[in-house]
Amino acid sequence: MKQQSNWSPYDNNGGTCVAIAGADYCVIAADTRMSTGYSILTRDYSKICQLAEKSVMASSGFQADVRALQKVLAARHLIYQHQHNKQMSCPAMAQLLSNTLYYKRFFPYYAFNVLGGLDNEGKGCVFTYDAVGSYERVGYSSQGSGSTLIMPFLDNQLKSPSPLLLPAQDAVTPLSEAEAIDLVKTCFASATERDIYTGDKLEIVVLNADGIRRDYMELRKD
Amino acid sequence: MFRNQYDTDVTTWSPQGRLFQVEYAMEAVKQGSAAIGLRSKTHVVLASVNKAQSELSSHQKKIFKVDHHIGVAIAGLTADGRVLSRYMRSECINYSYTYESPLPVGRLVVQLADKAQVCTQRSWKRPYGVGLLVAGLDESGAHLYYNCPSGNYFEYQAFAIGSRSQAAKTYMERRFEGFVSSTREDLLKDALFALRETLQGEKLKSSICTVAVVGVGEEFHILDNETVQGLIDAFEIVGEETPAPEEAAPAADEPAAPDQGAPADEGAAPMDI
Repeated sequence: MKQQSNWSPYDNNGGTCVAIAGADYCVIAADTRMSTGYSILTRDYSKICQLAEKSVMASSGFQADVRALQKVLAARHLIYQHQHNKQMSCPAMAQLLSNTLYYKRFFPYYAFNVLGGLDNEGKGCVFTYDAVGSYERVGYSSQGSGSTLIMPFLDNQLKSPSPLLLPAQDAVTPLSEAEAIDLVKTCFASATERDIYTGDKLEIVVLNADGIRRDYMELRKD
Repeated sequence: MFRNQYDTDVTTWSPQGRLFQVEYAMEAVKQGSAAIGLRSKTHVVLASVNKAQSELSSHQKKIFKVDHHIGVAIAGLTADGRVLSRYMRSECINYSYTYESPLPVGRLVVQLADKAQVCTQRSWKRPYGVGLLVAGLDESGAHLYYNCPSGNYFEYQAFAIGSRSQAAKTYMERRFEGFVSSTREDLLKDALFALRETLQGEKLKSSICTVAVVGVGEEFHILDNETVQGLIDAFEIVGEETPAPEEAAPAADEPAAPDQGAPADEGAAPMDI
């Protein structure tokens, strides 16, 4: 009988990440549950990492790979600061993240990332990735075990109406920062109900012209 | 020093047991423009004179940030200094990537010294023509080291290198015993005074000097021009010429790190001094 391999270098620690971009702010959120199989490893693990002054990344997937990825990006950012005497912009960091992921195209980082921040004009930006670095700038995104539940809901709330529809509809009025935060809380409360890997606590990071701020909200622990 | 038959190769000893090429490299350091460093128990200050080639050109960069907790001032062949700074930055990044903690200053200077020594023992290389004053803060406190082209390094309370550095050394020799308990402001004042000594009468202004600080709770950063000019005016260091008109600059009380460009909350390694 041919021997089948039963050891995998990867594990999925679960969890969900969301990011929403506004006119002059960006909200990045992730739950704090870390699991393996049907067990919980900890209820209090942050999936969010500030890579630069105006770039925040949230990653779900295999947290060992996520941590390794965060360290590589932090080191690269330090080199950039030494060479250019300034912080990396969010679009620059977005490209760097993509390149870093593709570098390991044939042994990928098992990390599903959302990068949020402020672009060079101070407007909110969100970049969404797959495991090997394919990325796109969007207005909102979610990744991770609860993303299948959250993404359709965000599309319903935030997606601009198609320009082909008649009668012509106005584009969705931009959300205020408080509305966006409330929307994120709603997303997670709902995802927690049906996704077993999402719950415990929600960590919300808000980036705006005043700087960066972090809030927490309790989620169901079952 | 005069030319002799033992000075062509770095790998040739003289009968007196000297390596002339290495000594010539140290001469290059003495020809560079001055750089000084002083330390207290909690802070280290580096200052250097920036001479531009001409009025039309910019100044040579002589002080480099190596990591949050380490910086270096150079004298001599600044190109060699730039390359060594890049090496030091790389070492610091790799160390903190592997060990998740800042590279202790003493380790970095040993690595730097070993790198310099290699160039004194290879026939196809030449010694680095730059002296480095390495200022840093780690768990064992504030440090100031001098690395020279020979591959030697020493720790100092205060030191000066480059042209006319003896004047600064003389100034500091009289006062260094007090440095260990100096406040940050006093250390900056002494640095600027010592720097002025090397200028030999020329007016000290922020356009011809660079000052950098690292300390407890204060990341290594280079002070910007307005802050330095404010310090010069506040300490009335101008010298023999009539003092510059008082700018509406900050008073002698140094404003906190934030408006000097680098946030102090990035955290040098926590100190228990």
